[in-house]
Amino acid sequence: MFDLDRWREIFQRLRKNKMGTALSGFTVSFAILLFTLLFGVGNGLKHTFEEQFAGDANNSVYIRTGRTTKPYKGLQSGRRIQLRNEDSKFMNENFEDKIQFFSPNIERNMQAIYKGEQNRYTVRGVYPDYQPLESAEIENGRFLSYLDIENKAKVIAIGRLVEEDLFGGRNALGKNINLEGLSYKVIGVFNDPGGDNDERFIYAPFTTLQGIYKPNDEVDYIGLTFNPELSVDQALAFTNLLTKQLKEKFSIDPRDQAALRVQNYAEGTKNVEQFMGVLNIIILFIGIGTMIAGIICISNIMVYLVKERTKELGIRKALGATPKSIVGMILMESIFITAVAGYIGLLVGVFTLNAIGPGLEDYFILNPSVETYVVVGATVVLVIAGTIAGYIPAKRAARIKPIVALNDE
Amino acid sequence: MIKIEKLHKSYPIGKDSLHVLKGLDLHIKEGEFVSIMGASGSGKSTLLNIVGLLDTHDEGNYFLNGQKIEELDEKKAAILRNKFLGFVFQSFNLITYKDALENVALPLYYQGMGRKERQKIALQYLDKVGLKDRANHLPNELSGGEKQRVAVARALATNPKVVLADEPTGALDSKTSDSVMKLLTDINREGMTVFVITHEEEIAAQTDRIVRLKDGVIISDERVNKTVNV
Repeated sequence: MFDLDRWREIFQRLRKNKMGTALSGFTVSFAILLFTLLFGVGNGLKHTFEEQFAGDANNSVYIRTGRTTKPYKGLQSGRRIQLRNEDSKFMNENFEDKIQFFSPNIERNMQAIYKGEQNRYTVRGVYPDYQPLESAEIENGRFLSYLDIENKAKVIAIGRLVEEDLFGGRNALGKNINLEGLSYKVIGVFNDPGGDNDERFIYAPFTTLQGIYKPNDEVDYIGLTFNPELSVDQALAFTNLLTKQLKEKFSIDPRDQAALRVQNYAEGTKNVEQFMGVLNIIILFIGIGTMIAGIICISNIMVYLVKERTKELGIRKALGATPKSIVGMILMESIFITAVAGYIGLLVGVFTLNAIGPGLEDYFILNPSVETYVVVGATVVLVIAGTIAGYIPAKRAARIKPIVALNDE
Repeated sequence: MIKIEKLHKSYPIGKDSLHVLKGLDLHIKEGEFVSIMGASGSGKSTLLNIVGLLDTHDEGNYFLNGQKIEELDEKKAAILRNKFLGFVFQSFNLITYKDALENVALPLYYQGMGRKERQKIALQYLDKVGLKDRANHLPNELSGGEKQRVAVARALATNPKVVLADEPTGALDSKTSDSVMKLLTDINREGMTVFVITHEEEIAAQTDRIVRLKDGVIISDERVNKTVNV
């Protein structure tokens, strides 16, 4: 299929008609460049949102208690509601199939000392299940285990920034940290996409802290994630039922909002997902719009370029060029130009995104990038459009009687 | 070589149609040097276009090299043009971005000939028209007479049966006109059938046979030169 002579003809023609070549090449390059940039920036916006909501598992539910604000069943208002171990058990038994991860929590602000360094941190007593709830990722060592829970071990997993604060960047693993007079061994260091705050937590086994600070099986709050197979509506129904049952158990007025709060992120997730959906549609529109503009431009240029050559095509026909060879020649030219120019636009676009990407974080655009298949797809679309755009006038030119073409001035 | 019987051609103009050729009969034998004379509008260009397979006729018969021309599609016409006909136009019609050699080689390209070979042949024909040293010049670097000689070389390159020249000297001054006509005469003397269209008496006088056309009919057909090599 490779016809050297034909390629020679095309290159000669492109070289001689620098203006036309540059014009159509530039249009295609520019369209792909714009497409890449707009798409990349759109994706950057999307990434920002994803990151904003990446702090916690988006199917998490938190149950906290406070004081009652309404009298109920003969009980006074202002009564303190306290979660206990039995409530954990109650929830796990009643909603076994709805719950994915579950962890009661104890939270204390404590003074941590390592050698000369000290600082105050939030220390959380949790179950191993808490790790996915918080989306914490172990960098070094391990997270808490059920054995630690059982043994009430004095071990902790610390956030990346705690290690930085207290150990000045040295490895904290295996070292002992003093928390309010008791020594805990560091078994793991984690990072957390949720940001600096989440990386200044210290996690200890729930049973350890409860044994020391909560003599009566008390629990500060409970975190859980619902089964991810539940739809948003099912998840909301689940937490509504949970709320109702707990309020009944504690004899709280069903309308009392302060005594027991069940926080379900599903609602927020729903909004975020809707927003992302809209954002996706906007990005898609931008992309399609750019493509259409590019296709129209390249079509116009192709019509013009072929029109300009009517006489030349007439000469070629008089000399024995068949319509097929005329169409083939024009098509190969247009495919060649659009493919090369599209590739250039793609490279420039990706390069530009990489170059300006880091500078855009202040404008809520994070890591603007385009999936390779998307840009390659866009380029292919333009090449096909260029081909069709070239084919129609080429076909027409090939059909013109040579005598008409020859008289064209 | 060219045989025309009762040829008719009209062009639609709005709702009416203009009857340009009104039943022409013409027979040109191999090796003849014929000129078609006529004022503008007499139908001589139309005749050339039909003979040159650049246009189709409405009625009548046309035989080119013994082959009846009918129901030609573009592809067949292109192949026949390439094989049997060489064109010389008034406005030269060279491709502006190709040099002289490439212009002459172009019809050979459409024959599917290899690059080296067609350049060799093209150079031979440029040599024949005296422009070998101009082979790598672009048309706009050549004088009018030189351009027309390149066009003649291009018409000859495929070694056709007939060379059709449409006002070949129309854009040239008298001196270069003479040299181009001399070239066409030389080609004819070597056995090529040459078919010239002109409105100039001096040009027609240099051919062997003058066919006069008026309002779409032949009004006279005379042999002028004695040395007709039929």
